[in-house]
This record gives sequence, C-alpha cells and structure tokens, in this order.
Amino acid sequence: MNGLTVNKYATTAIIWILLLTAPFWLPLLGGYTALAGRVLVFALAAMSFNMLLGFTGVMSFGHAAYFGLGAYGCGLFLKFVAASTPLAILAGTLLGGVAGTLFGLLLVRRRGVYFAMVTIAFGQVCFYIAYKWDDFTGGYDGLRGFVRAPLDFGLFKIDITNNANAFYFFIVTIFGLAAAAQAFILRSPFGRTMLAIRENERRARFLGLPIERHIWLSFSISCFFTALAGSLYALLNNFADPLGLNYIMSGNIVMITVMGGMRSFWGPLVGAVLFVMLQDYVSSMTTNWMFFVGLTFVCVVLFFPRGLMGMLQKGART
Amino acid sequence: MVAQFGSLTTGRRRLLKAGAVIGGLQVASPFIIKARGETPVKIGFIDPITGSLSALAVTEVEAAKWTVEHINKTGGILGRPVELLVEDSANDTGTGVQKAHKLIERDNVDVILGDVNSGIAYAIMGVTAEKGILHIVPGGHTDPITGTDCKWNTYRTCNTTAMDTSAISGELIKRFGKKWFFITPDYAYGKTLQANFIKKLVAAGGEYQAELLPIATADFSATLIKAKAYKPNVLLNNMGGSAQINCMKQFLQFGMAKDMALGGALFEIEAVRSVPKEAQAGWWCMEWYWNNPSVPAVKTFVDAISPVIGKKPTARHWMAYVSVHAFKMAAEKAKSLKGIDMAHAMADMELPPEISLMPGKIRYRAGDHQLMSNIHIGQMHPAEGDPDNLFTIESTVTGEEAAGSVESTGCKMVFPS
Amino acid sequence: MLQVVMFNLTNGLIVGAFYVLMALGLSMIINLSNVVNFAHGNFLALGGYFAFTLTPYIGFWGALLVSPILTAVFGYVIEQLMIKHVYARNHIYSLLLTFGLGFIVQDICRYIWGPSPLPLGIPDILSTPLTPDLFFITWYRVFMVVVVIVAVSGLFAFLRFTRVGMRIRAGTLDLDTVSALGVNVAALRSYNFAVGSYLAGLAGVLAAGQIGLNPNMGDDLIMPSFIAIIVGGVGSLTGTLLGGLLIGVAAALTTVVMPSASEAVIYVIMAIVLLLRPRGLLGEEGMLS
Repeated sequence: MNGLTVNKYATTAIIWILLLTAPFWLPLLGGYTALAGRVLVFALAAMSFNMLLGFTGVMSFGHAAYFGLGAYGCGLFLKFVAASTPLAILAGTLLGGVAGTLFGLLLVRRRGVYFAMVTIAFGQVCFYIAYKWDDFTGGYDGLRGFVRAPLDFGLFKIDITNNANAFYFFIVTIFGLAAAAQAFILRSPFGRTMLAIRENERRARFLGLPIERHIWLSFSISCFFTALAGSLYALLNNFADPLGLNYIMSGNIVMITVMGGMRSFWGPLVGAVLFVMLQDYVSSMTTNWMFFVGLTFVCVVLFFPRGLMGMLQKGART
Repeated sequence: MVAQFGSLTTGRRRLLKAGAVIGGLQVASPFIIKARGETPVKIGFIDPITGSLSALAVTEVEAAKWTVEHINKTGGILGRPVELLVEDSANDTGTGVQKAHKLIERDNVDVILGDVNSGIAYAIMGVTAEKGILHIVPGGHTDPITGTDCKWNTYRTCNTTAMDTSAISGELIKRFGKKWFFITPDYAYGKTLQANFIKKLVAAGGEYQAELLPIATADFSATLIKAKAYKPNVLLNNMGGSAQINCMKQFLQFGMAKDMALGGALFEIEAVRSVPKEAQAGWWCMEWYWNNPSVPAVKTFVDAISPVIGKKPTARHWMAYVSVHAFKMAAEKAKSLKGIDMAHAMADMELPPEISLMPGKIRYRAGDHQLMSNIHIGQMHPAEGDPDNLFTIESTVTGEEAAGSVESTGCKMVFPS
Repeated sequence: MLQVVMFNLTNGLIVGAFYVLMALGLSMIINLSNVVNFAHGNFLALGGYFAFTLTPYIGFWGALLVSPILTAVFGYVIEQLMIKHVYARNHIYSLLLTFGLGFIVQDICRYIWGPSPLPLGIPDILSTPLTPDLFFITWYRVFMVVVVIVAVSGLFAFLRFTRVGMRIRAGTLDLDTVSALGVNVAALRSYNFAVGSYLAGLAGVLAAGQIGLNPNMGDDLIMPSFIAIIVGGVGSLTGTLLGGLLIGVAAALTTVVMPSASEAVIYVIMAIVLLLRPRGLLGEEGMLS
C-alpha cells in the first residue's frame, strides 16, 4: 500500500516535471510548442469527460457540445464584450457548463445506449446552431476576428498573445488548477459516492442515495471542466469552429480517454499524448490517415480496452 | 519522379500518388540539418486532402508538386533547391491551424500556401500574420480574405466571389434578361454570392426571387416548382459540391431547360467531370481554362503538364502553379525570404504571360493583395472530341473590371512598421 | 398553394421512406445487440459503391439485387471479426469500435473509388417524369417508394413468419429467456446484423441513384436515422417506421413555408419528444433504463 502511494506521488511528480519543461525538450524530438498546448487541451477535455465515464460509470458520446460551446463562449466574449482572457475563459466555461447542466436534467433518468444516443443528438443540435447562425457565430466559416489578450496583472503584463512559450505556461497553469480541483472533487465524499454509483448503481440506490441527483451533478461538473478545455482551445487557435462541436470530436474525446485508461486519473493525459502525436504524425505521412486512426480505435477496443495506464497498473500489481 | 506520374489517371491512383509524394517529402524533412549553402527553400502547403473538398485539394497539390519539380530543374529559387511540404488540414480548422504551427515552428518553411476551405484559410492567416510569414491563398474564394479581413502578409490567387458574380452577371443580363431566380445554400459563402448577384441585378433594374436551402440539400423539387411558376429568364444555382450537381440534374430531369437559362458563379471542372452528361450544362465563370488559343503560353504549359497528370489541367492546377511561381518571383525580386520583404515585393508585382497564362497584364493588386486575373465566361457542355473539352469561352472580363475599386472591397492594408 | 402542399407531403413521404429504410437497419441492431452502429452510414455508402462497380456488368437492376447482399456479407464478416467481441462489455466500447470502423470503411471507399463524387447510372425510364403535368415526380421516386414498401413489408414478414425472425423479435424483448430456451444467441445476433447491413446497402443503392456517390455520403444520413429512432422510441421497429416518416414529412412541409429551416425542424421534433415523452412515441419504458 505504502509502495503504491509512493508510486503515485512519483508518477505525479514525473508528469509535472515533463509538462513544465516541455518547451525545452519537445523541439529536440521534432515537436513544437503548439502541439504541447493541443495535448494539454485535449487532455483536460478527456479528464473532465472521464469524471463521468471512469468515475461515475455514465457514458456520454456528445461531450464535444460542451467543449465547442466553451470555445464559442470564449471567442464571442473576446470578440463582442471585452479583450480580457480570464473573463473570456470564465464566459466560455459558464456557457458550456450551464448548457450541460440544463441538458443533464433531461437525461438523468436515461441509461445505456439511449443515454448515448440522446447525448449525440444534443451535440448535433449545438453543432447545427453554430453552423446556421451565421451572423453571430460565423456559421460554416467559424468564428474569427478575436485574439487572446495579454494577461494584465496591473503591475506587469504577460504577453500570451505572441509569445508561444508564455501561452504554453498559461495553459499548463490552468490545466494544473483544473486537475487539482478534479482530484479534490474525486477525493471528497461526493467523489466516493460517484464511485459507489459506478460500482453498483442498484446497491447505491438501496442505500438511499439520490442517484439521479448525483449523476446530474457529476454530469454538470464534467461539462463545466470540458467547457474550460474548450475555452482554452479557442485561445489556442484564435478561432472557434463548428466542427469542434461535431460528434467526431466527441468520439475523439472518448477515444483519448479509453486509450490512456479510463480507470486512472492521469490516463486521459497519457491518451492525449498518444492520440495527438498519432494524428499529427500519421496525417503527415499518408493521406490515408483516417484508415490508420480508425484501425487504432478498433485495435484499442479489441486488444487494449484498459488503455495504457490500465495495462501499466495491472503489470505493476502482478 | 516525372516518369512515375506517367499515365496514372484514376482517382484512386491519383490519391495514392499524392500520398507517396507527401510521405516521401515528409520522411526527408525533419532532423536533418544540411550545409548552409544547400539549405532548401521550403514551401508549406496546407490543403483539405481528405474531407468533402478533397477532389479540389488533390488537384492543387498535384500541380504544386509538378511546379516545384519544374522550378528545381531550372535553377531553384535564389539558386537554392526547393522543397514542398504538404499537410492535410482534413477540412478541419483546428487541424489546419495546428499544421500551420507545425510547418512554421518545426519545419521553418518560408511561405505557406492554402487552404481551399476559406474558413481554414482565415484561421491560418492568423498564424502566418503573427509569425510574419508570407501566405498565399491559391483557392479559397470568400471575399474578406482580400477584403474586410485582409492582412499585409496574405495574397490570393483565385478570384473573390464578388469578382466571379460581377463578371457573369453582365453577360447573363445581356443574353437572357433581368428576371432571375436564385437557389442558394444557407451559409456565409452562398449568401455573399447571392448578395453580390443581387447588387448587380438591381443596379441593372432587374427583379428576382430567391430561396435559401440547407447546404447539403439533395432534393430540389419543391424549390424548382416555385422557380417554374415564377418564370424567370435565368435560374442561378449557387449551391456547391454534390448539392449543386443534384440541383442541375433535377432541373434537367424536370425539363426546365427549355423555359429558362441556367447559370451561376462557379462549376469547377473537377465536379463537371463527375456528373452525368446531361448535367454538363449552363453558363458559368471559368477562372482559367486550358483551351485558350489567344495565349500561346497556355499551350506550352498544358503540353508540359498534361502527360504528367494524365489529363488536361484545371483552374485548380493553374491556381497552385501561379501561387508557387508568384512566391519564386517575390523571393527573387526581394532577394530575401523574409515575409515582410516578399510581401512588399509582391505588391503590384506583374506576372509575365508564361506564369499568368492569361491575356493582358496580370498583377497582385497592392491595395487588397488580390490577383487581378481575367475571368472567362462561357457555356459548359458534354465533352466534344477531347474528353476534357467541356467548356467554351464566350467572353472574357478583365479582373479590374470585375473587382471594382479597392475601396469597394473594404480592405485597409496595414503593414507592420 | 394546396398543390404545393400536397406535393410536399408526397415528397416528405418519399424522403421519410428513405430515412425509414436506413433507420430500420440501425434500429434492429440496437434492439437485439445494444450496439449503436456508427458505421451504418458508411455501410450505406459501401452498398452504393458496390452498385457503381457492378452496374456496368449486371446493369442497374442486377446491382440493386446484388449490392445489398454483398453489404450484408460484409456486415456479417465485420460482426464476426470485431463486433461480437464487445457485446458483453460497456457500451462505450461498441460505440468506439464502430466509430473507428466508420473511419476505416470511409477511407477504403476513398482509396478504391477516389475522392470525387461519382454518378450511379439509372435506367432512362426511371429518370423521366410521370407526365408533363407531374413533371416533378420522376419514375425513380415512385420506384424508391415501391422498393421501400417491399423491403419494409418483407422485413416485417420475415420477423413475424420465419423462425429466425421470431427469435429476433423474442430476443429483442427478453434475451435471457430466449437464451435459456436454447437458442444460439450469438448466431442470432450475427444474422440480425447481416439483415441490418442489408437494409443499409439497399438504402445506399437507392440514395446513389438519386444523389450520386461520395465517400462522406454516410455522414449526412446517419443523424436523421438517429433522430428517427429516438423520436420513434428505442426498442420499437414500428416506432422507427413512424419516426422516419414523421421527420421526413415535417421537413418537407417546412420547405413550403421556410426552406432554410427544413433541417432544423427534425431537431425541434426530437427536442419536443424528449421533453414530453422521453421514451419516444412507441418506446417501451423497460428498454431504456
């Protein structure tokens, strides 16, 4: 037990050292800083999604909706309201989170395939609105005409607009805060209840737990964090895109989670590293990248359903 | 490499070949630092090689590849060899932006070309402007790229939608009359197209009815019934992709061709080739056409590239060819590969006929960075003789005439000081 | 005006009939195997492409018979190779699996047949209008409706009167009991998957004749099918039938008043159904939770 705890701290320490030094070692391996930013954004989205899938045992296949709403909320704020990056992130997070919370009300009684189908359909509704509402969202062409604003701390400013490394460290900071908040929630009594629902919903119900309310809350929290990741995505690209709301994006988020390991807190981060690198590398090598990405999905499901972290943990225990 | 292109004609092989080209180039690119004198000049090309625009993108990449080979055989750029790095934007903005970062930050390219999808082209403009890299858009048509959202580092080779609509409007009014019916996809590009047409038509004292439809509409019968009842002189088909083709097919199936003329801004040869014979019809703009005896250089170009690509080049081949050569000319005029120097050099840069492949003086206008190329107006028809002989040029409008003044585009060009 | 409305009503039924064909295949697989086949739209494209390749040799009519069977065989093989391994697992795996499978099938189509749209040649008689007055109804539309009616009646007859069909129906209601009675559930699911794929292939041939072929065509058609199933109610094939027709007609009637909203209306219907009758029009409460 003690060894396992030490192991856990060691893993966390290694992850943070690697993340904080990424701009220095990544170019040596043929990467680039914007790629690291993309990894973190997808990792945060997948970790948020995993609070629902991995830690509550509820499956959604429409998380792109909240991710994309976060991106649009952030972009629209920067474009129409004020050039403040922190407030824009807040706006994006609220838009996606509140939409998810309201939609969650409709969903909580549904389970299984039906739950998944309805989440997909709702995601497509958001995609559709972004796509249609030309004047406001930029429609098919996407929302443009905003840039992330420098961080203004009164005494000094940090230029995250033009300095790629400064922006990367900004993302790392937000990612760190969000990850800490997620870890805190999972350790709280509420987090324990989520696990209880995952392990045996019926038993949890007999114990008198308000299952629906807990699932709703978990769904809502997950959506808020996913929307936060979406806000960062808009800042990363200086752009929000209707395809960010599409079910393909939802599929990618699920894949990242499963690939890394959905029973592990850091699994989705590992999954994001694998996924983004795979996509980046393969799509430059061949125009048939869809085939290889699809094949990876199929192979992961058939042969490595526990994901990379799941396999490592299993290996460590035996 | 040229021999390898040989007689490969089918779509599948064409794609395979593009894959091989991209793969081969990528393997060679990273990690290897060559001696300074040999450091190649790098062109980064981002295009939606997969997704719904892939047919157009594959054509552009094919021509860019050919052009680079050609330039390398004739001394390179600034005496250095040229390397083309192609990245697939997958018709997705996030991916396109990521690829722009990759090409600029990791591969240190000297210029970015792309994208067919105007939305992605805009998004990439954000990255290239921030990094101070020259950016040429070979084939994204939406107006603001060289209009309200124009940027100092971005030039465009293909026409704006405003230019295309303006060029064909006059011709349609003259030949058929001033009562028009529009079928338009309900998104920004389609609406811009329609608004531009209406501006011209109303100025000429015409009248119209219009119907906005979802972008992926497959069934046009309800709309065509309304059109038939309105009895217009011209039916304008503003749809794109397979919707455009289906609209044409149903128009002809319903026997409406005898009641009214059919036309629109663009019906690209890539699409025309893939429709049944009876739908190869109507009045359209052609941004460049291979059969143009008035310019001798066109024949030289067509004779050189056709055996390699296994068919006659299209406007998309031309766009990529011109864009790559424009970069070469700008670099050599500026004697520099710095984005800002080349951007200044390209302003009002005139292209010689063997590059522009057009009659008249063709230049990238300094005011909005838009290529002022001539626009051919004519009729699409089933192949006559040569399988690629699908279009007959009836008249040609100059770019300046079609584009109007710089002020009317809304572009205010600001260079960084 | 009445004429326009009448016309759009017929038109809506035609479009709806097509959604029904597509959604029924998807629905069958969901009902018996609890697998949402994301690749269903790509199976449809594959059916269309098979027909494209076969038409020069065996003609349109031959291709109409053979391509759906080829699609069914393809579906059967895929089920045996991949999908049957995830029935026992969390739904997330079957969704991911078929999601990845969709990528693979789409890319194979692009690789073999190229990225450009292709036309599927149909017999001349089908592309002519019924009469000069009814210029907007081509024989192909009539033909599509007939094929859908035949296929749907055939499907319901199959489910009602054949041994396999009855077992599929029984399995949809209570798989454990069917299994306890000694029915080979694994084989049943394979047949069922093949029948679902057959319907996708048939829909693909019909769609290709009307709108042509391209590698992404499945992407545009999968969402209306999902919505038809949600509106009709998961677990009920009759519900799917009703849901498909309903959204088809609603979309067509919206075209009369406000053409650009014709896509939006199907989402609105779904939202209303979810709010007022969450299990869908004919859904069975037990199937959902």
